[in-house]
Amino acid sequence: MSYLDTLLFGVYPYLAGTIFLIGSLIRFDRDQFTWKAHSSQMLSNKNMRLASNLFHVGIILLFFGHFFGMLTPPEILHALGVSAGAKQVLAVVAGSIFGLMCFAGLTMLVKRRLTDPRIRATSSKMDIFILLLLYVQLILGLLTVPLSLMHLDGHNMLLLMQWARNVVTLDPMEAVAAIGPIGFLFKLHMVLGMTVFLVFPFSRLVHIWSAPVTYPARPYQVVRQR
Amino acid sequence: MKVRAQIAMVLNLDKCIGCHTCSVTCKNVWTSRDGMEYAWFNNVETKPGIGYPKNWENQDQWNGGWKRGKDGKIEPKQGGKLKILSNIFANPDLPAIDDYYEPWDYDYAHLQNAPESKAMPVARPRSAISGERMEKIHWGPNWEEILGTEFAKRSKDYNFENVQKEIYGEFENTFMMYLPRLCEHCLNPACVASCPSGAIYKREEDGIVLIDQDKCRGWRMCVSGCPYKKIYYNWNTGKSEKCIFCYPRIEAGQPTVCSETCVGRIRYLGVLLYDADKIEQAASVTDEKSLYQAQLDMFLDPFSPVVQAEARKVGIPEAWLKAAQDSPVYKMAIDWKIAFPLHPEYRTLPMVWYVPALSPIQARAEAGQIGMNGIIPDVGSLRIPLQYLANLLTAGDEKPVKLALERMLAMRAYMRAKTVDGEIRDDVLKSVNLRIDQVEAMYRYLAIANYEDRFVIPSSHREYASATYDAFGERGGCGFSFGNGCSPGTEKTNLFGGKKINIRRAAPIRADREKG
Repeated sequence: MSYLDTLLFGVYPYLAGTIFLIGSLIRFDRDQFTWKAHSSQMLSNKNMRLASNLFHVGIILLFFGHFFGMLTPPEILHALGVSAGAKQVLAVVAGSIFGLMCFAGLTMLVKRRLTDPRIRATSSKMDIFILLLLYVQLILGLLTVPLSLMHLDGHNMLLLMQWARNVVTLDPMEAVAAIGPIGFLFKLHMVLGMTVFLVFPFSRLVHIWSAPVTYPARPYQVVRQR
Repeated sequence: MKVRAQIAMVLNLDKCIGCHTCSVTCKNVWTSRDGMEYAWFNNVETKPGIGYPKNWENQDQWNGGWKRGKDGKIEPKQGGKLKILSNIFANPDLPAIDDYYEPWDYDYAHLQNAPESKAMPVARPRSAISGERMEKIHWGPNWEEILGTEFAKRSKDYNFENVQKEIYGEFENTFMMYLPRLCEHCLNPACVASCPSGAIYKREEDGIVLIDQDKCRGWRMCVSGCPYKKIYYNWNTGKSEKCIFCYPRIEAGQPTVCSETCVGRIRYLGVLLYDADKIEQAASVTDEKSLYQAQLDMFLDPFSPVVQAEARKVGIPEAWLKAAQDSPVYKMAIDWKIAFPLHPEYRTLPMVWYVPALSPIQARAEAGQIGMNGIIPDVGSLRIPLQYLANLLTAGDEKPVKLALERMLAMRAYMRAKTVDGEIRDDVLKSVNLRIDQVEAMYRYLAIANYEDRFVIPSSHREYASATYDAFGERGGCGFSFGNGCSPGTEKTNLFGGKKINIRRAAPIRADREKG
């Protein structure tokens, strides 16, 4: 098992991360015309306001929850007086709420993509694959919630944080050591999560890079000189 | 004063015969592609009617254009920047494909492959999106052609506001006109303002509004932002597209395809000089009815030495100043005041203007059925209600439209007297405040409409553009290519080393058309 652990939790994060970063850069540079959100709202608008908003808001909050939850150094939590147990309760509660929001939206979107004839016909294989990948990943994530409720001391979570931190600080062997005692469901969720990064540059997910956060700072009119 | 030049268009609705040649030639050149089957950069609507997409003029429904706030500032009607961003996951104002129509094709192969049968084989329609059989086509391009649907539906036309429309449903009182529509290349474009990526821009040198296809991320806010609904989301590429005013032709001094092919000779292209410092002020005036005048006040007199000096200072070429003086658009919009912007109340300051249509009255007038103003029939008795035209062209202000129609009638009366009776009836002109030279020019431009008079387009002097000024950089370039055929990418730096190769994406166009 430890060889597989090394491969999946020591090597794979870097492999996926490298492809994610360099792949995105190459696609942006070589083929910017393909860089888009590829909305299909105009082909089928039914329920889209509800479904798309639930999904997007849910998944954005989940992303930031994971990001700060995994990578906030324990020292800071300590200084703020947040115990591991308290943090885990926070993570479970927030994760459940956002996860269920996202689940409701994504369920509608998956149904729409697979059953609406217009959407189905205009979907690429990657569109369907990435949506199902996110769906499975979300369900796995929600399934870990009851497991977490079984041990609320935060020990498991500290190990996961340890892994994430070691990966980010380029210490893969320590990371693999930390991941050892973690349950199978968590590991599957992690591997699938890294896979999302792996396929990111080849899918419509690249639009995330282009979130138009600078728009409010721009004047309304744009005039280009030749 | 900040002088800018724009190639503007005028369409003489009085002569439009609704043949759709403009739409079809435009479609063949620009939008006969997957994802754009439903899109018409140029379309011709029969009015009254709800148009394409359905009810596009009803901004209570679509929230296009700008709105003026209590503080006197304008912001897109669909919402300010933060509101637009909050709608990015699902745009509540986005027209769906069924608001345009579901594009279709026919099973033509079946006509040849069908087995022997008693009945003739039929090519049945199939959706161009899903590929599924369409049993019944419910709506299509130009569904309302020549009053093609019942009055109850057509009368939802927003221009019937303040018009007692019921009587126009009666056969004896019915009226119609054609309205060819394309992108307005506005001075205050709402699509540009709505684009979260900043991919849409107005070209400084000729005012053409374009979408940078590399920078567009498909957030589709421009589609709802544009009150004319002249931005189309390409569901195949995931990018928005719009009328490009045939810029490769304009750059080379040639008219747009829709103008070139117009068999009725109703389209005019010419340079207008305007003061870019006045854009915000003009778009923000309190009263919607004064938007037409506010836009007129932005235009600069190309014969004024002050304007010319300012224009030269900002680098507007001499050929453009000359073209501005010869501009048919200037003559019609500013000199004769017979052309008007389409729906100025959207506050986008549109730059495709329209000469309102007269309607058949001469025969009725001569039969004594309607009132006469001297020898000019009373425009109040026109078949097309004046208020309807005013709602279309001047935010409901009848006065300027009335004067324009009277001037056109006066021109007819003057020319009829001159050529038929051999009399110079300048008394006809006095009532509409026109000079003889003006009315003879009007006749030349409106009735004769020679090619050289209709299209006065200076070439764009690409040789001065900084990107191509260094001809050495063009040497050894990639030539013409699609996508990234031999592109080293679109960024300034090259990921794989080496120098950037120059690519030109548009086909070259002959640039040496001589005038006359």
